[in-house]
Amino acid sequence: MADTAARDFYGATLDTPLMLGTAQYPSPAVLEAAFRASGASVATVSLRREAGQGQAFWEIIRGLGVRVLPNTAGCHSAGEAITTARMARELFDTPWIKLEVIGHADTLQPDPFGLLEAAEVLAAEGFEVFAYTTEDQVLAARLLDAGCRVLMPWGAPIGTGLGLNNPYGLRCLRAAFPAIPMVIDAGLGLPSHAAQAMEMGFDAVLLNTAVAQAGDPVAMARAFALAVEAGRLAHMADPMAPREMAAPSTPLPGKAWL
Amino acid sequence: MADVTVLGAGVAGLWAAFTLSRAGLSVRLIDRHGGPGPHGCSWWAGGMLAPFCEGAMAEPAVVAHGRAAATAWATVTEVIARGSLVVALARDRGELERFARRTGGHRQVTDLRALEPDLAGIRQALFFEREAHLDPRRALADLVAALGARDVPVETAETTPEDIPGPVIDARGIGAGLPGLRAVQGEMVVLRAPEIRLTRPLRLLHPRHPLYIVPRPDGQYMLGATQIESADRRGMTARSLMELLGAAYALDPRFGEAEVLETGADLRPAFADNVPRVLVRGRVVHLNGLFRHGYLMAPALARQAADWITQGIKGDLVDVD
Repeated sequence: MADTAARDFYGATLDTPLMLGTAQYPSPAVLEAAFRASGASVATVSLRREAGQGQAFWEIIRGLGVRVLPNTAGCHSAGEAITTARMARELFDTPWIKLEVIGHADTLQPDPFGLLEAAEVLAAEGFEVFAYTTEDQVLAARLLDAGCRVLMPWGAPIGTGLGLNNPYGLRCLRAAFPAIPMVIDAGLGLPSHAAQAMEMGFDAVLLNTAVAQAGDPVAMARAFALAVEAGRLAHMADPMAPREMAAPSTPLPGKAWL
Repeated sequence: MADVTVLGAGVAGLWAAFTLSRAGLSVRLIDRHGGPGPHGCSWWAGGMLAPFCEGAMAEPAVVAHGRAAATAWATVTEVIARGSLVVALARDRGELERFARRTGGHRQVTDLRALEPDLAGIRQALFFEREAHLDPRRALADLVAALGARDVPVETAETTPEDIPGPVIDARGIGAGLPGLRAVQGEMVVLRAPEIRLTRPLRLLHPRHPLYIVPRPDGQYMLGATQIESADRRGMTARSLMELLGAAYALDPRFGEAEVLETGADLRPAFADNVPRVLVRGRVVHLNGLFRHGYLMAPALARQAADWITQGIKGDLVDVD
């Protein structure tokens, strides 16, 4: 039987299991419209580039009326990520931080060692850390030991739109820590990817490029909203198990069979 | 008293003054610094007149009005009507296909030897034949000269619309501090690379570091431009410089030998939809929000402001409160 109890995010329950990034939209007007269409309950914002001076842009983000999850996107060391997290806490007045420490410039793969180091420091400082990680179970356990209460395993490398690269690994991770809220973050390109993640029992998905860079970001936002809802319902409905043996869904009385 | 006073001698203010003067009005033009220069974002522009390419991200109004820009500019300055090219590195072929789907006015080119011999190694490109470019600083100077010839000098004064009697056009960009206006930082670099010969603007599509290169006279190339949601007044960051140069180097390693002549950064004024507007607020008419489309949209915006002031015609970019 699938577990249907909603896991909370540091005490908060989300209205919808969709988190949306705020970068790369054609304009802030399109960003706002996409958010409305998506019903996203959380907006992630990057502090590396849109540094503290972008007051007008921050006002737009705050005006979305959703929770803000600042991130440390583009940080390549624990030190950088910690500094960025502290800036974010001041700017957005939230203990939430999506912790991203990049270890490899080409694949933007998380640096597990830097990530763990930063997570320990930030959790001790009272941050509520959403750790952007891989599907590695050992790393997940270490991050939980460090004080993380939410994990964000990747679907595929950031911005690739490849979907869930390692469904087996993600299923194992989900099963290994059934009480921990997990968000599939990065690499989702299509609504079907998001639905698949939700069907597997993840608590939410986070995406950005797939909506922002779509030809019609507003329509794509709506498509993702429908997909996460479909996936969530499917998970709660306890899907059938795949089987090797064909079984006719309609009986065929009167036909000879062997 | 002048019929209209224009504040700000950037590309929007100059075009507004020029258009109103040609419509027969007496015009005063006042700028804090006495003319265009490094203090205004028009100075740092690429000078591409590329409405079709911009359509990949911009609203349809930008494409529609931008198409008339090259003809308008040709009345005051040299416009180089050689089209523009869009290319991608081999592994980013998908980006090129997507760009083609989202834009019009182009054709696929598989052999660049005739168009740009220096790019002969590139096997796939989009050619936007009807696009053009100009040298922005020369264009600004030519506009100032054309206004001077009409007895509209640029007066130097620090002033606001409240200080000026009568109808005012406020074209002070981000300095106008309009509600709903935000700053989007842009950075650029100018190189001299006499070994390389490109005759038309080139866009390199890249998932991380998109780049455009605009040829300037004397073997110079303007590389642009970052687009950062920030009102930061600092100069160009090392990171942006590395990204632009890295992309150029990937396109043609000879850019590695180029001389860096100049880097620049400034703030583009933009409204929420990144479409410029003529905001009529009593006797003050604001021309603002030209974002990255100053040279593309200034002629049309000035025309709509002039039509409103002289004939009460309300164009699609005019907002009357």
